[in-house]
Amino acid sequence: MSMIHTAAATRGRAHTASAISVSDVSHTYGARTAGGMLALDGINLEIGDGEFHCLLGPSGCGKSTLLYLIGGFIPVQAGVISTSAGPVTAPGPDRSIVFQNFALFPWKTVKDNVLYGLKKAGFAAAEREQRAQRYIDMVHLTGFENAYPSQLSGGMQQRAAIARTLAVDPGILLMDEPFGALDAQTRRVMQEELRTIWRDSRKTVVFVTHDVQEAVFLADRISIMSARPGRIQHVIDVDLPKDRGEEILENRAFIGLSEHIWRLVREQAVAATRGAH
Amino acid sequence: MSDVLAGKPDLRRRGPSLSYAVVNTALRFSPLLLLALGWEFLGLSGLVSQQMLPGLGEIFSAFSAMLFGGDLLYNTARSISRAATGLGAAIVIGVAAGLLMASFRTVRLLINPIVQIFYPMPKSALIPVVMIWLGLGDSSKILLIFLGCLLPVVVGTYNGARGVNPFLLWSASSLGASRFEVLREVVLRAAMPDILNGCRTALAFSFILMVSSEFVIATDGVGFMISSLGDGGQYPAMFAAIFFVAGIGFAADRLYAMLSRRLLRWREA
Repeated sequence: MSMIHTAAATRGRAHTASAISVSDVSHTYGARTAGGMLALDGINLEIGDGEFHCLLGPSGCGKSTLLYLIGGFIPVQAGVISTSAGPVTAPGPDRSIVFQNFALFPWKTVKDNVLYGLKKAGFAAAEREQRAQRYIDMVHLTGFENAYPSQLSGGMQQRAAIARTLAVDPGILLMDEPFGALDAQTRRVMQEELRTIWRDSRKTVVFVTHDVQEAVFLADRISIMSARPGRIQHVIDVDLPKDRGEEILENRAFIGLSEHIWRLVREQAVAATRGAH
Repeated sequence: MSDVLAGKPDLRRRGPSLSYAVVNTALRFSPLLLLALGWEFLGLSGLVSQQMLPGLGEIFSAFSAMLFGGDLLYNTARSISRAATGLGAAIVIGVAAGLLMASFRTVRLLINPIVQIFYPMPKSALIPVVMIWLGLGDSSKILLIFLGCLLPVVVGTYNGARGVNPFLLWSASSLGASRFEVLREVVLRAAMPDILNGCRTALAFSFILMVSSEFVIATDGVGFMISSLGDGGQYPAMFAAIFFVAGIGFAADRLYAMLSRRLLRWREA
């Protein structure tokens, strides 16, 4: 397993500055009541500028909670989360998000959905139109500008949501199992597409998933989280070529790394089911 | 990507053909025709006195007399202006109250018990009260209609606003919307189906309260007209006025349903 590096072994990677810094963050649901549930316990994580980072773990490990904290959607209870813009206290267009259930505005057409964030960002009308069209073209929804979300397939809705999020040009792109609701073929296409978009835009991406293969295919680094309470158990560098297509699935390094990570995740999943008894 | 893009949806859905629509509508209203035939039969057979159920022809000639010579249109306009004022105020204030209730715990705690106590109370019970407060003028009827229409709008808005998918709110705020913008551009829009349902109930209430309040406290309006024609024994004219109000109520409801469908076109796709 020589191709597997732990974070400690590869400190010298190209991630120059931290885009996101999470230090000593814990989170308890229902903290004000007696039966509060500790969801995250002492999370420390540095995500580099331009890095594609996956949070991987069994369901209920708090990976979405961590993402929502970074997004500013739920208030930080303990510890500090900061970006280059300072500590995170509220949602903002510098950290835009794509959800598993798309969360497109159902009363707006594809184009109006994409335009929404652009209006908030204060672009002039002509530039808004231009940008919206560019991102709609980028996610291959040309011709569907005036369709309502309910008229589109799941994959198309998710591409519209990605266009809406990318159009505001967030420095940080948060993705909460964005392909979880899609069928296998569409998911594969979308993964390749996202890799390409990321490679071209060099955004920092935090991507939540429970799918090992997806994480290895997409990420530069993977944080493997433990079952409840969520802790970061391992941080693993994915030392695979930048250009990843279908063929990488046959790559021995890819297969070896996937198997290694699968075993690590499995330990956590088994621990979770034992813990439930 | 081509496999997922296969087949554009037809965005211009076409309805059924015109002749089909005509036949369909005729069939849907055939029970009304049966009712009219039964009405005529009861009157002609002598089972019920002609006084109580005047023939439809008689009612129709009373109607055209009132429409062209009489004050039917004037009274209708008076009534509808009251109903529209009361209903309009109820919609504006009710939607605002419902949104505030859904957004702020204190407002919810303050308003919720009041809504729960007053919701089941028949608002026509307030007729004597508003008459004492505001006298016989327009304002007493407008207040009554307003009070009757308010709660269905508040409850519809509140339920709709509480049920909004939280991910939509998060999406909007992560795209840069302020709290107020989230409320106006997301919560209000997402709650629209429930708001429109509440308003439809309110529309029906406004007609009921408009007529019943005019029975008691008015010197004009269709309710006043119906009761004074009845008192004067002019039954064909009374029935004509009743049918006319019923027709206007029906038309208002159909118009409202059409408007709702337009506003909620995004849901039909």
